[in-house]
Amino acid sequence: MKYRQAKTGKLMIDILPDKCDYCGCCVGVCPEDAIELKEAEIFIIDERCTNCAKCVWSCPIEVIKFNKEGVPA
Amino acid sequence: MKTDYDIIVVGAGPAGSIAARFAAEQGASVLMLEKDRDVGYPVRCGEAISKAGVSEFIEPDERWISAHISKFALISPDGTEAVIEFGDAGYVLERRIFDYELAKTAAKAGAEILTRAYVNGLIIENGKVCGVKYDYRGQQKELRAKVVIGADGVESRVGRWAGLKTYIDFRDMECCVQITASNINVNNETLYFYFGQNVAPGGYFWIFPKVNGAANIGLGVSGMVGKKKSALSFLNNFMEQNFPSAPILTSIAGGVPSSITLEKISAPGIMLVGDAARQVNPLSGGGIASGMIGGSIAGRIAGEAVKKNNPDYILTYDKEWHNRLGKRHEIFERIKNGIYNFSDEKFNKIAHSFNSIPKEKRTLGRLFTTALVNQPSLLVDIAKVFII
Ligand SMILES: Cc1cc2nc3c(=O)[nH]c(=O)nc-3n(C[C@H](O)[C@H](O)[C@H](O)COP(=O)(O)OP(=O)(O)OC[C@H]3O[C@@H](n4cnc5c(N)ncnc54)[C@H](O)[C@@H]3O)c2cc1C
Ligand code: SF4
Ligand code: SF4
Repeated sequence: MKYRQAKTGKLMIDILPDKCDYCGCCVGVCPEDAIELKEAEIFIIDERCTNCAKCVWSCPIEVIKFNKEGVPA
Repeated sequence: MKTDYDIIVVGAGPAGSIAARFAAEQGASVLMLEKDRDVGYPVRCGEAISKAGVSEFIEPDERWISAHISKFALISPDGTEAVIEFGDAGYVLERRIFDYELAKTAAKAGAEILTRAYVNGLIIENGKVCGVKYDYRGQQKELRAKVVIGADGVESRVGRWAGLKTYIDFRDMECCVQITASNINVNNETLYFYFGQNVAPGGYFWIFPKVNGAANIGLGVSGMVGKKKSALSFLNNFMEQNFPSAPILTSIAGGVPSSITLEKISAPGIMLVGDAARQVNPLSGGGIASGMIGGSIAGRIAGEAVKKNNPDYILTYDKEWHNRLGKRHEIFERIKNGIYNFSDEKFNKIAHSFNSIPKEKRTLGRLFTTALVNQPSLLVDIAKVFII
C-alpha cells in the first residue's frame, strides 16, 4: 500500500471533502499553513503537515479524521 | 479593471467592505476581491449586534433587520432564566442582505469589487507586500497595490504569507455549528444564552429570534472540548431534547477566533482587519461590529498613507486599534477565561442570586458582579470594562 507523505512521515490526517462546510476553523488553527480552502474545495498540502491533529479537534462537524494507519495515496 | 491599485482588500465580509469604503473615501483607488460567488452568502453567524455597532457605519434598515432586541436571557444548567432588560438595544440581522448592502456602500464610495477571485499568494519585493496573486475562474492572475488589506476572515492566510504570526491556538477557537430553524416558540425580543457542561462547555449555546417564528440557533465550543465531543453532537442533542421536529432551513459550521488581537496587525505593505486580525470580542464572540471598527481604522489609515505618499504610515494602525478596542479585548479575554471555566453549580448559584435582586436593578454589570463576587482579581477587570 502506498501512503501520502506528510512533513513528518506518513500523512495521518484525512479530510472528507464531500462532507465539509468550508468554514475555515481547521485553516485558522493549522500552525503549518497546510490546508488549502477555496469556496467549495479543501485539501491538505501534504508536505507541510506535521500530523499535529489540531485541525481534527477543531472541526465542528467531524469531517477531518485522524487515521493512524496513514492515508492511502 | 486597472492593472494596479492603491489598495487591494482581500475578503468582502463586514471588515473588508468597511475598509474598502473608508479607503475609497480618502480618494484612493480600491479593489476588493472575494473568493465566493456571492457577497453575503453563505451566512455563518448568530447575526446579533448592538444598535450602536450598526449605526456607526450604516443607517439601520428594516430590510436587513430580522428582530429588534431588548432583553438578554441567560439560562443556567438547571434551567433558571436570568433576564436583563436593556430597552431598545440591538438587532438580529439578516446578514445575507446586510453584508451585501455594506459592500454596496463601499462601491458607492468608489471601490471596485470582484467575486470568484480567490487570492492564493502575495507579491513580495524587498520584504514589502506589493500586490496579490489570485485565481479568477481558473486563470492565475496578479495585481499590484501599495497596500494590501487582509480581511479574509477566520481562515485568513494573507497575513501568514506576509510573515505575520496569525494562526490561532486551537483552545481559543470557538468551533460552531449554526442553524436557522422555523417554528421556534421564543420571545421575539430576547436573545437566549444557555450555559453548562451539557449544552456548550467552555462556550455557550444561543437562540436568537428572527422574523416570523424563525430563529438563529447554534453553539460554540473550544477546540479543547472538540477533542472529545464535536459542536455538531451538542447541537443534535439540544435540538432533539428541545425542538425535535423544528424545520431546519439552513445549517452550517463556522469558527470564531476568540482571543486577543494578534500581536502585529500591520507590516510593510499589509494590514489585517476583522477576524483575520483576531479582532472579535473574545467574551461574546461578536465580531461584526469590532471587525467594522477595525476595517474603518485600517481603511482610513491606508488611504491617508497613499495620500501622504508615506507607506510607513500604515504601521500606526496597530496602536490606533489597540487604543480603540484592542486594550478592552484583553480585559474581556481575562473575564472569558474566568466565566467559561465555571462549574454547572456555580452557574446555577449565580442565576439564583441574580434573580433575588429586585428586577429594576438587574443589569449586566450587576450580573457580572454577582458572577465574580468570589474572584476579586476579575472584579477589578470588570470595573475597568464599565469605566472605559
Ligand atoms: C457561528 C457563528 C456565529 C457568530 N455569531 C455572531 C454574532 O451573533 N454577532 C457577531 O457580531 N458576530 C458573530 N460571529 C462572528 C462574525 O461572524 C465574524 O466576526 C464576522 O463575520 C467577521 O467579519 P470579517 O469581515 O472579518 O470576516 P468574514 O465575514 O468571515 O469575511 C471574510 C471574507 O473573506 C473571504 N475570503 C477568505 N479567504 C479569501 C481568499 N483567499 N481570497 C478571497 N476572499 C477570501 C471569505 O469568503 C469571506 O467572504 C459569529 C461567527 C460564527 C462562525
Ligand atoms: S473545520 Fe471541518 S467543516 Fe470546517 S473547513 Fe475544516 S474540514 Fe471543513
Ligand atoms: S494536522 Fe496539524 S499541520 Fe496537519 S493540517 Fe492539521 S493542523 Fe495543519
